[in-house]
Amino acid sequence: MTDNFNTLFETYSWTQTSESIYAKTAQDVERALGSSKRTLEDFKALISPAAAPYLEQMAQLSRQITLKRFGKVIQLYVPLYLSNECNNICTYCGFSYDNKVRRKTLSPIEIMQEVAVLKKMGYDHVLLVTGEANQSVHTAYFKDVLKLLRPHFAHISMEVQPLDQEDYEELIPLGLNTVLVYQETYHREDYKKHHPKGKKSNFEYRLETPDRLGRAGVHKMGLGVLIGLEDWRTDSFFTALHLNYLEKKYWKSKYSLSFPRLRPFSGGLEPKVEMSDKELVQLICAYRLFNEEVELSISTRESTVFRDHIINLGITSMSAGSKTNPGGYAVEPESLEQFEISDERSTAEIVTMLKGRGYEAVWKDWDQSLINPH
Amino acid sequence: MLKIADKVFNSRLFTGTGKFSSAELMENALLASGSELVTVALKRVDLKDGDDDILRHLDYPQMNLLPNTSGVRNAKEAVFAAQMAREALETNWIKLEIHPDPKYLMPDAIETLKATQELAKLGFIVLPYIHADPVLCKHLEDAGTSAVMPLGSPIGSNKGLKTIDFLEIIISQSNVPVIVDAGIGSPSDAAKAMEIGADAVLVNTAIAVSSDPVRMAEAFKMAVIAGRMAFEAKLGSVNSFAVSSSPLTSFLDD
Repeated sequence: MTDNFNTLFETYSWTQTSESIYAKTAQDVERALGSSKRTLEDFKALISPAAAPYLEQMAQLSRQITLKRFGKVIQLYVPLYLSNECNNICTYCGFSYDNKVRRKTLSPIEIMQEVAVLKKMGYDHVLLVTGEANQSVHTAYFKDVLKLLRPHFAHISMEVQPLDQEDYEELIPLGLNTVLVYQETYHREDYKKHHPKGKKSNFEYRLETPDRLGRAGVHKMGLGVLIGLEDWRTDSFFTALHLNYLEKKYWKSKYSLSFPRLRPFSGGLEPKVEMSDKELVQLICAYRLFNEEVELSISTRESTVFRDHIINLGITSMSAGSKTNPGGYAVEPESLEQFEISDERSTAEIVTMLKGRGYEAVWKDWDQSLINPH
Repeated sequence: MLKIADKVFNSRLFTGTGKFSSAELMENALLASGSELVTVALKRVDLKDGDDDILRHLDYPQMNLLPNTSGVRNAKEAVFAAQMAREALETNWIKLEIHPDPKYLMPDAIETLKATQELAKLGFIVLPYIHADPVLCKHLEDAGTSAVMPLGSPIGSNKGLKTIDFLEIIISQSNVPVIVDAGIGSPSDAAKAMEIGADAVLVNTAIAVSSDPVRMAEAFKMAVIAGRMAFEAKLGSVNSFAVSSSPLTSFLDD
């Protein structure tokens, strides 16, 4: 058994993997569609250009499988940006260190002002987001935040800088259920180009974060790449490889996948690779056909029309009414945001839309009493 | 009539509350099913505010609530969750679900046995979700379980009674009610489970995810009644051999 994903990852070549995806044929796609347990090779076929003509069949299958496992419900969560301080330079992110804009980290009083707004919207699942500023936004800060939030939210997720195993082991008993850590890209050289400075420039440390989370016994972890940095098909294959590896090794954890497409932000770069709506649907369905149990999540980065239709095709959770800046809900609506959201509808509007499409919005799917019995 | 602990049930169809497209539809489907035991996941209900949307739609005298511990990973967490449920929902009935594996939701036999021992001592009516494992069922009886809930096939799979050979052994030697839980995908699966002598079945996905959950609930209700009637009326045996026209043993009568 390998000790961490890096050992397995080292045995793959980006170029060969990419070539083998683009070499898939209609016959490979049909074999993948007809199979009941799909392999990584089947997944390659389903994300390949050869699968494009089979999109409707993929969507039908994806819908059926998702309904059976998850039912006619969509989980709702909301991001709470705690800080936009960041020591990293990331070429695609509004919080990048070289973006010379005033920074803010919420104080406990400010956090509670934001929480009051989120509770009024009905949320019981919150996703905490920060940049990476280890001198002020560190494990001790997260511990304080979790203690503050635990009485108010049944489910707390975190999307912050990668931490050490010991940090996660301290945070999980305080009510941390889920950790999202996106690799951004599995292309090692391109990763270095997009993350030239800061702790985030360490590709291996980030790559091994899910292993540290698994060893710490986290309940759920989220994987994904930032679509637009590199060839999305190859990057998505490595995401699937990573998921496969983690599921077998850390079998007590749940997994979720996201597929964020690069969004404009103040001073940002244009995506190197464009992914069409059709291609994103293909990817979502391919993920579902490959893994029937994984949660698939869509954020407000995507447009109203796209989100309305995608819930029928395999998605299991979505955010709504989001602000991507610290203090965005109440304290300081004009502070620096990470990216511009696309779907600006209110949470109430999203709930009505879901209902109209035959789905119930689920606010609560976890209970703090299920972890850490006192 | 089915009796579990001190409660008598007219309906042998138990139901779940997940995966419905709305709480209203869930309510109507469960009413149509005639179900008198309805399981709710602790993780889905808001125990704090007392006005939970799911619970509000289950407020009927005939619908007994069966809280379940879905989400816990070991006996310790399960016992704690059961105590929370007892306090908040005022019932000592608990559907014990311990599946540390969130992918296939496979029940953990070791932790389930431990939790059953402890919960029975604490005065709970325990209904454990388990593999179709006849020996485990006997251990659970010794531990003080009030029923056993072996799976027909993986939960939510709609694959029917893949474990039928083991279910038959469990039924033949059980001293507590046997409720087939998980995997029942169609009314005919439910009828089959009842025909082989299961005391009840628990159905959720097949009702919730159908295009018309209310009608499907009714179909399950009838199938369970039919299956039970067939069991009580004793099915004729199935002959897998022909009756020969020139028997080999006829010389004995000569």
